[in-house]
Amino acid sequence: MVAESVDLETRAERAESRRGLLIGLPTYLYLILFFAVPLVIVLVYSFATRTRTGSTALSDWNLDSWARVFQGPALEVSIRSLILAAVTTLLSLVLSYPFAYWIATRPARLRAILLVLVMIPFWSNFLVRTYAMKFLMGSEGPLSLISQLFGGPPVRILFTQWAVLIGLVYGYMPFMILPLYAALERMDWSLVEAARDLYASGWTAFRKVTLPLSMPGVVAGSVLVFIPALGAYVTPAILGGGRTPLLGDYIVQQFLQARNWPYGAALSMAVMVVMLIATVFYFRKGGRTL
Amino acid sequence: MSRPAVELVGITKRFGDVVAVDDLDLTVGDGEFFSLLGPSGCGKTTTLRMIAGFEYPTEGTLKIHGEEMGLRPPNERPVNTVFQSYALFPHMTVADNVAFGLQMRKVPSAEIEARVKRVLDQVQLRHRADAKPSQLSGGQRQRVALARALVNEPEVLLLDEPLGALDLKLRQNMQVELKELQNRVGITFIYVTHDQEEALTMSDRIGVMDEGKLLQVGTPEEIYERPRSRFVADFIGDINLITATVSGPDRVRLGNGQEIEVRSPGPVGEEVTLALRPERLELYDLDEPMPENHTKLRGKVIRRMYYGDAYFYDVEVGLDHPLEVKEENRPDVETYDMGEETVVCWDPAAVNVVTD
Repeated sequence: MVAESVDLETRAERAESRRGLLIGLPTYLYLILFFAVPLVIVLVYSFATRTRTGSTALSDWNLDSWARVFQGPALEVSIRSLILAAVTTLLSLVLSYPFAYWIATRPARLRAILLVLVMIPFWSNFLVRTYAMKFLMGSEGPLSLISQLFGGPPVRILFTQWAVLIGLVYGYMPFMILPLYAALERMDWSLVEAARDLYASGWTAFRKVTLPLSMPGVVAGSVLVFIPALGAYVTPAILGGGRTPLLGDYIVQQFLQARNWPYGAALSMAVMVVMLIATVFYFRKGGRTL
Repeated sequence: MSRPAVELVGITKRFGDVVAVDDLDLTVGDGEFFSLLGPSGCGKTTTLRMIAGFEYPTEGTLKIHGEEMGLRPPNERPVNTVFQSYALFPHMTVADNVAFGLQMRKVPSAEIEARVKRVLDQVQLRHRADAKPSQLSGGQRQRVALARALVNEPEVLLLDEPLGALDLKLRQNMQVELKELQNRVGITFIYVTHDQEEALTMSDRIGVMDEGKLLQVGTPEEIYERPRSRFVADFIGDINLITATVSGPDRVRLGNGQEIEVRSPGPVGEEVTLALRPERLELYDLDEPMPENHTKLRGKVIRRMYYGDAYFYDVEVGLDHPLEVKEENRPDVETYDMGEETVVCWDPAAVNVVTD
């Protein structure tokens, strides 16, 4: 009797897991076909050899491309990209936190409207918006005209790293605001009252209670901004004018201009691994503060 | 009453068009256990929050130990709060939660450690000092919240329905513990609750609130035995409310035409409400000898409910509502069955005349 019931339980559990697999199947197929397979292809290419004519020989396996990943111009480009991505993340965080806090403390109906406003930029194409930024920041653009109207010098920031930074922050800020908002919105404000009641000033209560409890939002937002900023291609290409190459440009160059697919593939994989490690580390660290 | 710990004069709080607290005057004595009692939305929590400093009064003055506090931020007031949801910091241990207030006031760390240990001993949670709030049971969290407030030795402790989330047995134990604690530490407690039993058992005095107004302030006995208004009578305990017309000095006429004795009911001809506690009524057989000066109404039992320690009877006596009678479950008290004829009997002194 007992044995039979155990058997029934096992069978029920198996049926359950079969159903689970069935539900996930379309997603599995899609991800395998369009994510895992291309990734494997890139990985395979990173061990191949560039022939003299710029095509790729898949017969001669070696680590030459990987050896070149951490040296020379690639290293310089990597460091510059890392710094830019870090500054972009930090600037987005500093600008987004007060705003997310403000939204989260509005009445529910106003919150919904404000969130829609945050998401409105997504309704138009990123490329178009980046060209609009280019127009805004150009020496003939509105910014410059306003500056000159008040007797200032013309604004010359287009095709500098500043323009790229402004463009990246503009482009990725919603990815910072939304997780921050989500974290602050489910904040129990009676905890802040408790801190105030226990003699904490407004600022101290924020530092000791609100900020630590919103860390999951800070971590998620930072990852969501840092990763695309590190691999950004469109923004540096348009607003930076390609004068100071970043990782994105550099990798594209390997594929299109230098026609060195194995090197481009190795660079891509290296960036992915670094991002993966950074993400895992960051989430672990962020998770611990809870 | 000794020197006042908290004085509210003409306190009004408006949220837009809504008047949450309406021209409230209240003085709480030093070392007193004072309860604000009322249904949800009556303004009791808003009143407490104004004393704590989480809300600022729209009008009026609020003094703590003689010092004006009305617009002072909460961190500059000599009060601490035990929150309804406990509001323990989830990212800190029990010990860190309790130490928070002392750290904010820059108490030396050796002293903090000693005081935290002592207060955790008091609430019997020393062994859980390193636990996170999420690892504690409801009763334990409640005690941490209490310890976190008490460790600061506030002049006034504010408690916002602190036992509301606990189950009945635990709540009753905590009521006793809280009262003993208050006696021991001698701090003024202002206790907000909608539970009349809690208010009656723990308080030195109770203030009953409804719709932003303080209706009556008094000792638990005064509130229970001598309610002044229909609301207070009805809100606290079970009560029979009977409409009657004053027909002479010490006489009123009931709806069924019968005249009964009531002490000083008011001017002749006025309509009044009589309030009578069910446990002050007694049932007699029709032919049984009854106390001479008592009021007697003949009726019929239409419902009997068994409460373990008592029986509740609904007796139809020809008024708007049947009378509710509580008789203790003792061997010497006779029980009645549904449909039985009986006489409801009470001492005229037990009747309260209340305003609407």
